[in-house]
Amino acid sequence: MTIKKYIFIIIICLVAIGLQETYNPKEVDAFTNQIVQRGSVGDDVIELQARLQYIGYYKGKIDGVFGWGTYWALRNFQKDFSLDIDGLAGLKTRQKLVDASKFDGKWVHTQIAQGNDFTYYGGTPLSEQTRSKKGTGGKSNTGGGEAAPQQGAQNTGNNNNTPERTTTAVNVPQGFSQNDINLMANAVHGEARGEPYEGQVAVAAVILNRVESSSFPNTVAGVIFEPRAFTAVADGQIWLTPNEKAREAVLDAINGWDPTGNAIYYFNPDTATSSWIWGRPQIKRIGKHIFCK
Amino acid sequence: MLRWIAIIALAVGVAGTAAWGYKEHQEKNAILIQAENTYQRAFHELTYNIDLMHDKIGTAIAMNSRERLSPQLAEIWRLTSDSLSNVGQLPLTLLPFNKTEEFLSNIGEFTYRTAIRDLKKDPLSDEELETLENLYSQAGEIKDELRQVQHTAMENNLRWMDVQLALATEDEQADNTIIDGFKTVEKKIEGFSEGNIDSSISGTSSEDHKYENVNGTKINEEKALEYSRNLFNIKQTQDLKITGTGDGADIPLYSIAYNDGNKSAYLDLTQQGGHPITLLVDRPVKEKTISLNEGYKKAKDYIQKHNFENMELLNSSEYGNVGIYTYIYNQDGVRVFADAIEVKVALDNGDILGLTANNYYLNHHKRDIPKPILSSNEARDFVNPNVDIQEEYLAVISNDLGEEVLTYEFLGILGDDTYRIFINAEDGTEEKVEKLNGKEINYAGI
Repeated sequence: MTIKKYIFIIIICLVAIGLQETYNPKEVDAFTNQIVQRGSVGDDVIELQARLQYIGYYKGKIDGVFGWGTYWALRNFQKDFSLDIDGLAGLKTRQKLVDASKFDGKWVHTQIAQGNDFTYYGGTPLSEQTRSKKGTGGKSNTGGGEAAPQQGAQNTGNNNNTPERTTTAVNVPQGFSQNDINLMANAVHGEARGEPYEGQVAVAAVILNRVESSSFPNTVAGVIFEPRAFTAVADGQIWLTPNEKAREAVLDAINGWDPTGNAIYYFNPDTATSSWIWGRPQIKRIGKHIFCK
Repeated sequence: MLRWIAIIALAVGVAGTAAWGYKEHQEKNAILIQAENTYQRAFHELTYNIDLMHDKIGTAIAMNSRERLSPQLAEIWRLTSDSLSNVGQLPLTLLPFNKTEEFLSNIGEFTYRTAIRDLKKDPLSDEELETLENLYSQAGEIKDELRQVQHTAMENNLRWMDVQLALATEDEQADNTIIDGFKTVEKKIEGFSEGNIDSSISGTSSEDHKYENVNGTKINEEKALEYSRNLFNIKQTQDLKITGTGDGADIPLYSIAYNDGNKSAYLDLTQQGGHPITLLVDRPVKEKTISLNEGYKKAKDYIQKHNFENMELLNSSEYGNVGIYTYIYNQDGVRVFADAIEVKVALDNGDILGLTANNYYLNHHKRDIPKPILSSNEARDFVNPNVDIQEEYLAVISNDLGEEVLTYEFLGILGDDTYRIFINAEDGTEEKVEKLNGKEINYAGI
């Protein structure tokens, strides 16, 4: 009797876990009314990529970021279906696309939430097009069940600032990796966390100006870790966790914002000990820092 | 009895403290050594690289077939880059060592430029050969000097940690072999740079020129403030902070800042003519309600309102809840990459969060763009036949020499990747090939 009870409880638990898992992906209706263009991120892009893949135009990963691969797929689709070839998923294009393809939103979003490797070609059973990332090599779905809830938890746990993110890729500026951005964000946070926003962009811009300059190392890491170049590196403050502001400031600097006017040095006039730094031609002061050539 | 207990307790305490202190000391030493090792590695790599570079320049000169030079020059270029990175790892910031770094990067620039050239068609000129010979002997001298420092350092067991200390304390009499050695190297190179002025390796950075597109009369602070109030969209009564730039600035600017707690804004305005160079608005951006495409329309209206004409969208990207749009100038159907502006739009309500027009004001002018000599089909023959060309434009770009050239711009696919390829519209030179990525797996989300 007691054993039966236990088994019953265990079964209930298992069912509950299973239910939770299927509730994980949110319900997604068809396209919203917005035009989707290159650089977009989100559910509309996932649907676009999935539909284009369903009819064989898109061969890349369904990751929710409208990159070049999606762009060419869309243009080829527009060409074959005699639409205007503009690379924009507008009303007409989407209508044609919806008519020509199928989209199982629940299945696709589940795959993304579970971090599976999957494709969405029409004419092939879906179960043959997915495998868990954790299972190495070409093994099919075995073991996917236990790995999936873990990954789902990680997904929500790590994206503390943007819990809505359900895509598996992100936009990055040409030539930069997220790691470069994070390293710079660390440096900016350590150096200028009390500064106004433009002051943080300015510090990031100085790092980039140094990478460009012939008298400094040619890599972001080289510039940041140059001994005695940044006090935050010397005293370990660089390893504080940067906030979202610092990251945003770094992105702006990489995307071309430079409030310093091409400065390669800066210093805090209240604490600067080196007389040499005072001799540099000064450009301007932002917050606590004086920026110079 | 009590006394004995006290004595034992104290003895244990002393022994414990001693053990703890010893352990701390050990740990500190371990860390010091680790740091020292990093410096040592960089230093020894540097001397090795310079030595190797010297050898390679030597072989390059000795080579008979000039068209085989390219790989050799590329190798030298790589070594200069490695050496520069080594220099960067040494604690020399307080020591004036930038002449040496410039020397290295000049060698790098020269070899890179010659390495990428088609040496079969356009072999090294006599002048360039002479430059190479000069660099050879100069590199030789630096090599000797550095090897000397290295030798002394090793013989006397000198530590870079001590160099760092000596430099940090700014002791005028810092009598340190390493510092002296590096100072000698720097002095030597100071002499070289004058000798190299005639050769073709003096800097030709495309960014080193006056602002081409800043005109109008000088505006006063009142006017600048009025303009910024408009731009920031705030009332007369709000307090703005305005400052001018110092004498290090490339162009005199007014910097206007504003902060009311949850929103702050910053603007750089040229004093001449009052053109906006940089605008940054900082406020919390709420959840996305408009698409990247709608943001694009906002950005377009905005730049039209601010009299940037004939701009076309080159790129748009969504980062979190903001959209970033890159525009370039289009002169009669020819894309001019240098004249770029970027606009940042909040995707919660469509507000403009930023603008940077520095490149536009720096580079933009009316250009005499010639007609292309090659036809589009002829230009396509110069592209790798495996690239599947999808789009084609005419574009003006600055090439590796910093000159502006008219090119055919092809966007094409090779394998899974998209490439932007620029073919000179006059002679078919492959000016630039770029792999376009722009997105990456989200490491944080997997």
